[in-house]
Amino acid sequence: MDLEILISYFPRYLDAFKLTVIIGCTGILIAFILGIISAFSIHFKIPIMSQFFRVYIEIFRNTPLLVQLFFFYFGLPKLGISITSEVCGVMGIGLLGGSYMAEGIRSGMDAVSESQRESALALGMTRKQMFFHVIFPEAFSLSIPAIVANVIFLLKETSVFSAISLMDLMFTAKDLIGLYYNTTEALFLLVVFYIIMLLPVSLIGNVIEGRVHYKMFGA
Amino acid sequence: MGFEVLLKGSNLIRLFTGILVALRISMISVMLSIVFGVIIGSLMTLKKPVINITGKLYLEFIRIMPQMVLLFLVYFGTTKAIGVNISAETASIIVFTLWGTAEMSDLIRGALNGIPTIQYESSYSLGMSVRQTYIHVIIPQIIRRMLPLSINLVTRMIKTTSLVMMIGIVEVLKVGQQIVEANRKSSPNAAFGIFATIFALYFFACWPISIFSKYLEKKWEN
Repeated sequence: MDLEILISYFPRYLDAFKLTVIIGCTGILIAFILGIISAFSIHFKIPIMSQFFRVYIEIFRNTPLLVQLFFFYFGLPKLGISITSEVCGVMGIGLLGGSYMAEGIRSGMDAVSESQRESALALGMTRKQMFFHVIFPEAFSLSIPAIVANVIFLLKETSVFSAISLMDLMFTAKDLIGLYYNTTEALFLLVVFYIIMLLPVSLIGNVIEGRVHYKMFGA
Repeated sequence: MGFEVLLKGSNLIRLFTGILVALRISMISVMLSIVFGVIIGSLMTLKKPVINITGKLYLEFIRIMPQMVLLFLVYFGTTKAIGVNISAETASIIVFTLWGTAEMSDLIRGALNGIPTIQYESSYSLGMSVRQTYIHVIIPQIIRRMLPLSINLVTRMIKTTSLVMMIGIVEVLKVGQQIVEANRKSSPNAAFGIFATIFALYFFACWPISIFSKYLEKKWEN
């Protein structure tokens, strides 16, 4: 391990880190919105939309992100739909994540007990009020563990972006290994940057989960 | 649309052999993960501080490292660090086993801890020996809880094997790329057809398994 090499590589990794975080976070935001919409339409059995989202969830949960990205990036241009690798990355994470988020949020919604719903209606709430003031807050806190796990999973999945020539951490490491052959240093920085990116998420996730658990069960 | 390339020569058979490589790697890794996962998961419930801390560190490291990084670490890192040159396939089996073991041991630990002490006490008070308690009471319950989740792990494993092309294993995506490159002149739209087919292949490999796991989960729900 050579400190000088580490320092000289550092700026390149920092750029890659920023790119990975930006694309990852945009994708996760899209995934979250998509997940809520699809969980909502499946839970309330909205015609057409619920069938559509069911098919979408099955397709994207059962195929690897790498295959999806290859299809979007190399396949779609042949139909005349050209997209840049950045858009492709955001789209891939968004669509994949949406299907995982949907499952997580939906199981939260299903877990809200029937009596909550009935009590809300008995108190004279409209269906809309019932959803926004009773069901959704409860379902959301129930699905937080799943959401945190999904965020970590999606940030990890960003590592396949290098396959569609996006200059992310993985791409940088591969590039530097190929150029200068300092494998140990390149891999070391790669691991360090992934730890910087994911350890805080994992720790914050644990704290939030603990709080939700405390709020619900009091211990 | 580029689907005609599939029927040229042995392209379709090559794609199938490609997905078989991916399935083989994931099956071997799943088997190994179950064996090691059961061992490590049961050790974690013993509440020995040294074992627990080592286990937690291992689990947390594997949990936050992308599988791709682990692949690079094992494939390129070991060669440089200890001078052992392992084949790409061995490297990927090692990585997926490490990852699967971590996931599996966590599931086992959760399932073992989830069984209330009263179950053990009741069986002892009924005069069962420790062995009988485990065989007739504890293990059946654990299998019920574990099976749907471990089947889920199989589909995740299959999906993750798509990464092995990045360290140079010729599996279905790599074969697809080769076919696209080889037919660039004769059918320029091959990329769409080939990658759509691979998409479908993965889907039909994983979908039945995840339906089965959902069915078991529903069936055994108390």
